[in-house]
Amino acid sequence: MSTLFEKIGGDAAVNAAVDIFYRKVLADDSISHFFETTDMEAQHAKQKAFLTMAFGGPNNYTGADMRKAHAPLVAKGLNEDHFNAVAGHLQATLEELNVPADLIGEVMAIAGSTKDDVLNR
Amino acid sequence: MPEIIYQGKAYPCQPDETVLDTLRRNGIEVPYSCCAGACHTCMLHCLKGEVSERSQKDLKPALKNLKYFLACQCVPEQDVEVALPDDEDVYVSARLVEKEQLSPTVWRFRLEAAVPIYYHAGQFLNLKNEAGWVRSYSLASLPNEDEFLELHVRRMPDGQMSHWLIDHFSVGMHIEIEGPNGHCLYTDGEPERPLIMVGTGTGLAPLVGILRDALHQGHRGPIHLYHGVRTHDELYLHESLLAMAQQHNNVYYHACVSGDEPAEGLQAGRAADIALGEHPDLKGWRVFLCGAPEMVQQTRKKAFLAGASMQDISADAFTTPEH
Repeated sequence: MSTLFEKIGGDAAVNAAVDIFYRKVLADDSISHFFETTDMEAQHAKQKAFLTMAFGGPNNYTGADMRKAHAPLVAKGLNEDHFNAVAGHLQATLEELNVPADLIGEVMAIAGSTKDDVLNR
Repeated sequence: MPEIIYQGKAYPCQPDETVLDTLRRNGIEVPYSCCAGACHTCMLHCLKGEVSERSQKDLKPALKNLKYFLACQCVPEQDVEVALPDDEDVYVSARLVEKEQLSPTVWRFRLEAAVPIYYHAGQFLNLKNEAGWVRSYSLASLPNEDEFLELHVRRMPDGQMSHWLIDHFSVGMHIEIEGPNGHCLYTDGEPERPLIMVGTGTGLAPLVGILRDALHQGHRGPIHLYHGVRTHDELYLHESLLAMAQQHNNVYYHACVSGDEPAEGLQAGRAADIALGEHPDLKGWRVFLCGAPEMVQQTRKKAFLAGASMQDISADAFTTPEH
């Protein structure tokens, strides 16, 4: 039985998705300020790490890591609306890449499972 | 089993161990995070030996060329010597062989290093003078075509080092150099792709190096070079770039003047605005940005939003130290 990560297309699929996804996020004025940074390359690599995780791929992130990484953003006002906006861009990215609906559902479930940690609740 | 050589010591690998595993098992602190090849936190520089293809798979072509790799993805098959990317500052002496004023504010320096420096056009050197001041300057020369290392120095109103270089550093004198550094450079393999380059001030130096390197390596796609200055007398390589555009029908040189009324043949406005205005869709382009940090950061974002892939955007922001 192949994993979700393999079914979606593995690393190649993540690579195809990350530019599209990060572009959508940056172009969204309601959330782009959380992603504005002088080091766009490092931020881009973080987006790739996030997509790898959401695709069910290899990662070592724990809930504690998620909390720590997002705590400064929560202090700046990161809330559920922002979380949902990012999730919407993830879904739109996968639709644009013609990922089958059932697999998109699985990815969105993984992304959704991080919500409490991301929002430090 | 192969060994990892790090800071002069050898550490034997265990079966199937990655470079990161071996270093960590021996108590060596190197930065790392995801251990899945995604975050790039554990990137190291391979000084000797070969690293696996897998450990370089997602790196920018320029970083691959320079033998950077991800320690968490590399199970070495032979001995490798590795270093942290910023672990290697070794200075060597260089002698000034030529100094020429190119504009009211810019001078060209040609240096001869005491030992050969293996570099790519577009990388930069750190210069350290006798007072211990260190500043970075980009290389405008080509290693296989030019005998000397060429740097362009602009007199900065508050720039101690630029005043010292221009006023006191004369032909025959020596200075300490370290490098090369940076990964804003031409990578071969796709000679048809269009290139767009935007440089402000002496951000032109690395771009001219990269442009000449691209032509030297047989690049056939269009190459658009935008040089941005405030006043037209700051267009310090104007004649030679016009000549280069005449000689090569795939080279387009755009001289952009933002501060005063431009003369004939020059374009009015900021170089980055003009470049992106003329090329609103950058899908498939390779982008090179050098010069003022604000310009580089803003244009990197705009170029990415205009469709350029992050892998294809190379940038060098000329940060100036605080005084």
